[in-house]
Amino acid sequence: MHTLEPILAEHPFLKGLRQEHLALLVGCASNVRFEAGAFVFRQGQEANHFFILRDGKVAVEAFAPQKGAVAIDTYGEGDVLGWSWLLPPYRWRFDARAVEPTRMISLDARCMRTKCENDHDLGYELMKRFAGIIEQRLDATRWQLLDLYGVRD
Amino acid sequence: MACVTDEVLVMNGAEQSPMLPDLYKVRQVHRETDDAFTLELGRAAGHQPFGFSAGQFNMLYVHGIGEVPISISGDPGGQATLVHTTRAVGAVTRAMRALRAGDMLGVRGPFGVGWPVAQAEGHDVVVVAGGIGLAPLRPTIYHVLANRDRYGRVVILYGTRTPGDILFRKQLEAWRARLDIEVYVTVDRATEGWNGNVGVVTKLVPKAPFDRTRTVAMICGPEIMMRFTALELERRGIDADHIYLSMERNMKCGIGLCGHCQCGAAFICKDGPVFRYDAIRELLSRREI
Ligand SMILES: Cc1cc2nc3c(=O)[nH]c(=O)nc-3n(C[C@H](O)[C@H](O)[C@H](O)COP(=O)(O)OP(=O)(O)OC[C@H]3O[C@@H](n4cnc5c(N)ncnc54)[C@H](O)[C@@H]3O)c2cc1C
Ligand code: FES
Repeated sequence: MHTLEPILAEHPFLKGLRQEHLALLVGCASNVRFEAGAFVFRQGQEANHFFILRDGKVAVEAFAPQKGAVAIDTYGEGDVLGWSWLLPPYRWRFDARAVEPTRMISLDARCMRTKCENDHDLGYELMKRFAGIIEQRLDATRWQLLDLYGVRD
Repeated sequence: MACVTDEVLVMNGAEQSPMLPDLYKVRQVHRETDDAFTLELGRAAGHQPFGFSAGQFNMLYVHGIGEVPISISGDPGGQATLVHTTRAVGAVTRAMRALRAGDMLGVRGPFGVGWPVAQAEGHDVVVVAGGIGLAPLRPTIYHVLANRDRYGRVVILYGTRTPGDILFRKQLEAWRARLDIEVYVTVDRATEGWNGNVGVVTKLVPKAPFDRTRTVAMICGPEIMMRFTALELERRGIDADHIYLSMERNMKCGIGLCGHCQCGAAFICKDGPVFRYDAIRELLSRREI
């Protein structure tokens, strides 16, 4: 049968995951596609998925009335999008919009949370991987705040 | 290429004092971004070509204002004019920005040790630039593209502040259109209408297509950016002795005499500005230097 397992197994975020854990993930996974300009999720909505990017590009945007939508980060092939599904109140903090036609694998959050509760080894493994991503993004945000390329004074 | 003997510098075959600037005339001025500009210079007298290696710098003297080190940003293979790209940050560089075609400038150089373009032959080449740091790396890109068959994959990763700060934008677009080079650009802050990458330049490293076992990486930008980039390249599996970066310190003589640019035991002007990462790593993380 044609399943998403080989694609998930090859994705950098999930590489090396144990076979039985991959099989659990496949049960929560589905293929999705977004056209350029389409919203993947909106700030304040329930965070009921996270996404494994296969190709294309997604911008995470903040909206301010005076400034409009400002892209604060972009994700592409090999990235993972969204961690608001991990922690209550399970709501997106930002908007995410496809900048190009984008293919992703969507993982259903309720399904994932249940499987992680039932199998703490899987939960711990995923938490470690997300912690690595959160650390990288925190570093990147700190660096952006430093405004390294700004005028020296 | 220049080499220093006690008091005399042998420059392009002709002997003259290393402290004595040659007179150059501004031939053309190109505005690159709000605060960066490129000067094309020609000798005020005579037409001898100006030989240099990718990564070397000149001391540029704006008459009556002062002298600053600026890397050469032109093509080491095409020496009709001497090209420098500078960001206006203070007294001298702002005065330099006010220069127009026909104005005069003093030039001493070329000085320093450049990028390892010869050692990189047979390897994949990854160029990582931040902000104005693309200017000192551009001669390397010219060189590699002029000798394309001597190198493996060629990847340029460029990060800057906003889309308006992208240096050599048209040239980056032209390089990206080639089939034998990969160009990735990212900005720290997007502005309206920007559909490219957003985020710091280190984010580009994990996805860049190169073979970690045979890659030479060259980094130029603010020191913090170079430190994080080198760490990310190491994380990707490139050994520290295959990573090179260009250091900046205030300079006076440019030839290893005054000690102004000393960094630990190294003189940036003479032993650098390009250093192998394993030789400079300690100094990069020490605050007091
Ligand atoms: C080997 C070498 C190559 C360089 N190549 C280029 C180049 O290609 N293009 C370019 O735009 N700049 C380059 N620079 C940096 C350039 O020399 C400085 O920006 C310049 O000296 C500033 O002089 P100023 O009188 O305009 O500003 P100043 O009034 O001296 O300084 C203005 C501000 O910039 C800071 N500053 C000055 N020099 C430096 C420096 N070297 N590093 C960090 N902060 C500094 C000062 O602390 C001050 O805050 C290079 C520096 C070196 C050492
Ligand atoms: S600038 Fe004088 S020793 Fe380097």
